Amino acid sequence: MSTNEIKISAKDVQVYYGETHAIKDVSVDIEDKTVTAFIGPSGCGKSTFLRCINRMNDTIDVARVEGEIKLDDEDIYDKDVDPVQLRAKVGMVFQKPNPFPKSIYDNVAYGPKIHGLAKNKAELDQIVENALKRAALWDEAKDRLQAPGTGLSGGQQQRLCIARAVATEPEVLLMDEPCSALDPIATAQVEELIDELKQNYSVVIVTHSMQQAARVSQKTAFFHLGNLVEYGETGQIFTNPNDKRTESYITGRIG
Amino acid sequence: MTDAATDGLAAAPGKKKRSSLLELDARTKRRNAAEARFKAYGIIAITAGLCFLVGLVWAILSNGLPAFQQAVVKLDYTMTQEQFDEAEAAVLKTAVYTDQFVAYFSDRVREQGIEAEFDADTIERLLGKVGGTIRAFYRENPDHIGQPVAFELSAASRVDRYLKGTFDRGDVSGEGNRFFVPSDFDLVDTLQEAGFIAQVFNWNFITGVDSGVDNAGGAGIGASVLGSFLMMIVVLLLALPIGVAASIYLEEFAPKNWFTDFIEVNISNLAAVPSIVFGILGLAVFIQFAGMPQSAPLVGGLVLTLMTLPTIIISTRASLKSVPPSIRDAALGVGASKMQAVFHHVLPLAAPGILTGTIIGLAQALGETAPLLLIGMVGFIARYPDSFLGGFEGPNSAMPAQIYNWASRSDVVFTEKAWGGIIILLIFLVSMNLIAILLRRRFERRW
Ligand SMILES: Nc1ncnc2c1ncn2[C@@H]1O[C@H](COP(=O)(O)OP(=O)(O)OP(=O)(O)O)[C@@H](O)[C@H]1O
Ligand SMILES: [Mg+2]
Repeated sequence: MSTNEIKISAKDVQVYYGETHAIKDVSVDIEDKTVTAFIGPSGCGKSTFLRCINRMNDTIDVARVEGEIKLDDEDIYDKDVDPVQLRAKVGMVFQKPNPFPKSIYDNVAYGPKIHGLAKNKAELDQIVENALKRAALWDEAKDRLQAPGTGLSGGQQQRLCIARAVATEPEVLLMDEPCSALDPIATAQVEELIDELKQNYSVVIVTHSMQQAARVSQKTAFFHLGNLVEYGETGQIFTNPNDKRTESYITGRIG
Repeated sequence: MTDAATDGLAAAPGKKKRSSLLELDARTKRRNAAEARFKAYGIIAITAGLCFLVGLVWAILSNGLPAFQQAVVKLDYTMTQEQFDEAEAAVLKTAVYTDQFVAYFSDRVREQGIEAEFDADTIERLLGKVGGTIRAFYRENPDHIGQPVAFELSAASRVDRYLKGTFDRGDVSGEGNRFFVPSDFDLVDTLQEAGFIAQVFNWNFITGVDSGVDNAGGAGIGASVLGSFLMMIVVLLLALPIGVAASIYLEEFAPKNWFTDFIEVNISNLAAVPSIVFGILGLAVFIQFAGMPQSAPLVGGLVLTLMTLPTIIISTRASLKSVPPSIRDAALGVGASKMQAVFHHVLPLAAPGILTGTIIGLAQALGETAPLLLIGMVGFIARYPDSFLGGFEGPNSAMPAQIYNWASRSDVVFTEKAWGGIIILLIFLVSMNLIAILLRRRFERRW
């Protein structure tokens, strides 16, 4: 069924936090123009693995990553790779909304500004508007673009962070529970955005909502205690899982 | 439920007696009593602190405020060309000037119909040696010769103290001495009534320079204020950039290993090193080894920079640490470099803390005396530097050193000046802290 190219290819990835072995032997191929969902019980390492893909784990002193992760066949952990350049290609929406304590406009415009995506103010305005529209925040924010981003509600902040991430036009978008604080309407809008992003990018989404995983993703990976238990077509995982643990989890017996 | 039933329940293990919310049980009473006691201790502590503060402020104000007042002799004086020539031709020039002025003054007083008995010596006792001041004035402004000039000459220190109430009839025994005789009190009273002697605000104390024992009343703190100011410029220009750069590097970039731990421990230790150690270090390194001038605000500023750096580094690192890591993640997540994340997002959030730390460090440096003693900034500074830049390397004093200097002189007028100097020093410190608070408010109010 899937004919897409492989965008990210992870092989035998191990992550240690000091002595804690948080990710064990994870190998996974994430496709381009596809939404991949990471599911699994809390603390199983979904965020940790997600953070390997844009090397955000580099910022944690105790974290150590082993194994190989390739983006478009280039090893992102190669010593010649500058993580800063990588992160411009691999955008991220964090689990906890973390807007800059600046205006809504500046939050969204920051990425495009430092990457030189806009030649002038009008273009930048356009980028900001598009990003906010895609993140379903435009209607609420258009009259208060200069208001502080930290003054928004939790769900609005989450959408602001989504807008900030898409404004830089990444090739891969990593979303760590982007809808955890959203109402059903905003959730639907974000899912619509994910669907649209799929046309051009590879999207990885961590979610605790089975329904959401089933709705938006084509591929699903189930993590348990640091292991990747099962990875495959979403339909197959949800209707006919191979592993007992997967079945227990999606039917609500472990969590 | 009957009483008997309740008792039965209470006796049963694991069951609690039904209690009324309107009655306090023993435990709650004990806790409330403990809380009330703790509040009482707190109030006692604060009251004690306030009492000390009030006592301190009262002592400083009552001792220091008189320094801002000064008794002056006011007179419209006209000097003719002949008098000027005569005085300049004499051997003891200033004595002639004094004689001329005293004679003129006596005439004016008699004209007012004041019958009191006095002679030239009396006037000299009240005025002090005015000749020098008058001579200096006319030599600088020769075109005023022949025209009336409104002179305001500082009166003798005993007159000054009499008007301030720190010297009175009880202090002069018997016949008096060559400085003051009992009848002078009446004369001063009369002259004050007639408007020849008055108390005015002592601008000279704020703008003037130190003076010797013969003119204690004329000593001012101005030159040492300038000295302190120049040192603060040096400290600010060096300590702020070095301190902030060092803290940013240590906090955001440096790898965490035994070496950076070692540096960190040592910075904390440096903050606790007594300031006199920095003074002797400055003497050895800057003056004896590097050959920099003694008593210069430049060297003083360097020594105080060394002293202030740990304070600034510690407070800057604390405020960098208090910026939530999620902000750094957010910036790195959109592809900012570490430096961009720090300068665009972390530093602005840490700025209020950095500013407060810097100003507190500066305020500490401003009040520091011990290291200045060692590098010779306690000399007698009787003139301003010739130029602004020259002021950095020319000899000067600093406010606390000047205060120390005055306090160690025997004349009580200087003691009063020392208290007055403390008021000026405190005004500077309070306004610096005020600026720190205002800046903090301003930067924090943004979000
Ligand atoms: N910075 C860290 N330092 C040490 N251990 C960590 C750190 N971050 C995560 N861990 C550990 O790694 C394991 C995986 O954590 P991770 O955040 O990846 O879980 P998760 O699957 O995202 O959970 P959740 O669904 O609750 O977000 C956990 O056991 C956690 O305690
Ligand atoms: Mg997580």
